[in-house]
Amino acid sequence: MTQQASEINSTAEDQVLLQVSNLSMHFPIYQGLMRRQVGEVKAVDDISFDTYRGETLGLVGESGCGKSTAGRAILKLYQPTAGRVMLDGVDVTQMEGEQLRALRTDMQMIFQDPQACLNPRMTVGSIIAEPLDEHTRLKRAQKRERVRELLDAVGMNPAFENRYPHEFSGGQRQRIGIARALALEPKFIVCDEPIAALDVSIQAQVVNLLEDLQSQLNLTYLFISHDLSMVRHIADRIAVMYLGKLVELAPRQRLYSLPQHPYTKALLSAVPEPNPETEAVRERIILQGDVPSPANPPSGCNFSTRCPVAEARCRTEIPAWRELDSGHFVACHMV
Amino acid sequence: MLNYAIRRLLFAIPTLLIISFLIFAILDLAPNDPTGNLPLTIPPEVREKIRMALGLGDPFPIRYLKWLQQFFINEPLNIIEQAFGITIGDSENRLRVQSWATRSPVVDLIIERTPQTLWVVGMSYVVGILIAIPIGVISAYRQYSVFDQVGTFISMIGFSVPTFFTGLLFIVIFSSTLGWLPSIYDTTHEVTDFASFWFQVKQMIMPVMVLALFNASQLSRFMRASMLDNLSQDYVRTARAKGLKEKVVLLVHVLRNSLIPVVTVIALGIPQIFGGAIITEQIFRVNGLGQLLIVGIQGADIPLVQTLTFIFAILIVFFNLVADIVYGMLDPRIRYE
Repeated sequence: MTQQASEINSTAEDQVLLQVSNLSMHFPIYQGLMRRQVGEVKAVDDISFDTYRGETLGLVGESGCGKSTAGRAILKLYQPTAGRVMLDGVDVTQMEGEQLRALRTDMQMIFQDPQACLNPRMTVGSIIAEPLDEHTRLKRAQKRERVRELLDAVGMNPAFENRYPHEFSGGQRQRIGIARALALEPKFIVCDEPIAALDVSIQAQVVNLLEDLQSQLNLTYLFISHDLSMVRHIADRIAVMYLGKLVELAPRQRLYSLPQHPYTKALLSAVPEPNPETEAVRERIILQGDVPSPANPPSGCNFSTRCPVAEARCRTEIPAWRELDSGHFVACHMV
Repeated sequence: MLNYAIRRLLFAIPTLLIISFLIFAILDLAPNDPTGNLPLTIPPEVREKIRMALGLGDPFPIRYLKWLQQFFINEPLNIIEQAFGITIGDSENRLRVQSWATRSPVVDLIIERTPQTLWVVGMSYVVGILIAIPIGVISAYRQYSVFDQVGTFISMIGFSVPTFFTGLLFIVIFSSTLGWLPSIYDTTHEVTDFASFWFQVKQMIMPVMVLALFNASQLSRFMRASMLDNLSQDYVRTARAKGLKEKVVLLVHVLRNSLIPVVTVIALGIPQIFGGAIITEQIFRVNGLGQLLIVGIQGADIPLVQTLTFIFAILIVFFNLVADIVYGMLDPRIRYE
């Protein structure tokens, strides 16, 4: 995997599938009798990164830091406030209506809650076949064949096509969600915490399934998660988010061995060691205070209120997103 | 499903028997007098004889059992005889449930009155549903828009202002002042050509609209709430992510799921159609079932009131079952065993 990552880094810009530049997603806050806008929640604030063909980019961060919002804004399930998302040379943010619908064949999403994201009144077969109805001109028999093929590909019995989502377990439902996302043979899939709602024993199955499908179909994933060990397993490169902003992005090995940003260091120090002897002497960085509200972020660096190494400058000046050396990006004055 | 329906119907039998007893007991306990509307010149001993002739001399349990026999055995036999033109047993002397006021069989009265009620009240229900569903859908889809605000305001008025007020208001405006529509519903009117059809439409507009406004106000709120509930569900986002047309997302995914509770509410409301809108029928002089019931209550016509109320009870029990079964058919998560 390391080899793969370095290969990706060495091959140039033409390998970029998804290019996110200065993407922001701010939600207005309305209050009072006249519902006047009194502020905005900066759920995603000015993030930029590239994703290479065939890789898995992990996006990690604690709850509420804007990971899911970023994923949805990239797929234009929200209308982003600012920024540009280039998918294979097409600016997704500028697409509207029919053009956007056509583009959905290239980009799909696997959702967090496999129970809620499947229409309870539709059979599994029709859930998976619906994108085919909408975007392809397959005959009924061909569609049915494709549905059975997809169910088979995600390791489910094709005979389940006439059942309803409530008849399945969480892991099976997530497989249905994956089959649904694969139906149109997308290039790029946002996996929005696809394993968070599953039992640990099922998590590994689903992650392995995602990896197998990736190598078979040459998929590119944006893998959103808060599970650091799972991201370490599946991702080639990892981006760390804090309060709507990216703080660090690096190839996996490098991020885990040489984290630069103080938040990344604190986050990684929270991962328990399997060995009890090293676990006992392991030094943990405990952050003080709480995450500030994204409606009222601190001035300067967003992390300055909790940063163990913050200086006066950090509280006034927003740190630039810069590349340290090949492929290692960080936004911190102190690095 | 069939087993479930049969079991429910079997359970309905004791329920209905208890209901019939309660209705009978309440009517009997009520201080009413079937001779109360007769001229005051009739001496008390004659009144007493009239009461005896009506069967009030028998003790309460006997009268109840007689009614049970008349309603559950004699009347169905009579219906079978009439439907197939045959004679079963001693049909000449078989006693039917008879109205004290008109001395004619209650069931015949009900059959006579039902068409008017079904036309006017049933039509208002259908119109109400047809108005309510689009309003509910659009209100929810454009939540807090001008359309939603106006719709909310009108439906608040619709179900907070009673029909006897809107009915009179309509009569004052459209009959007295503008003179466009007749204020009295003519039941004897027959539709033969276009002119008479047009008259039928005109005389139906006001009673139908008064009731439709009331029904639509409630249903559109249900529809809106149910739509809002579903619009925020994750599967709607999935549908959008699939790249479906917005129309498909709204009508196939959201609307179909939102209709489940609304259909149940609609099914549960159907007995009310048969019950007739008592007050509205009274205002517009529609001589339907509601008016029959009011006249029966005023004249202490106990067999009529007893039979009519009991038929309503049967309909309510039946449509409760229908609502449950429809719910089971629409929602795959619900299966009856």
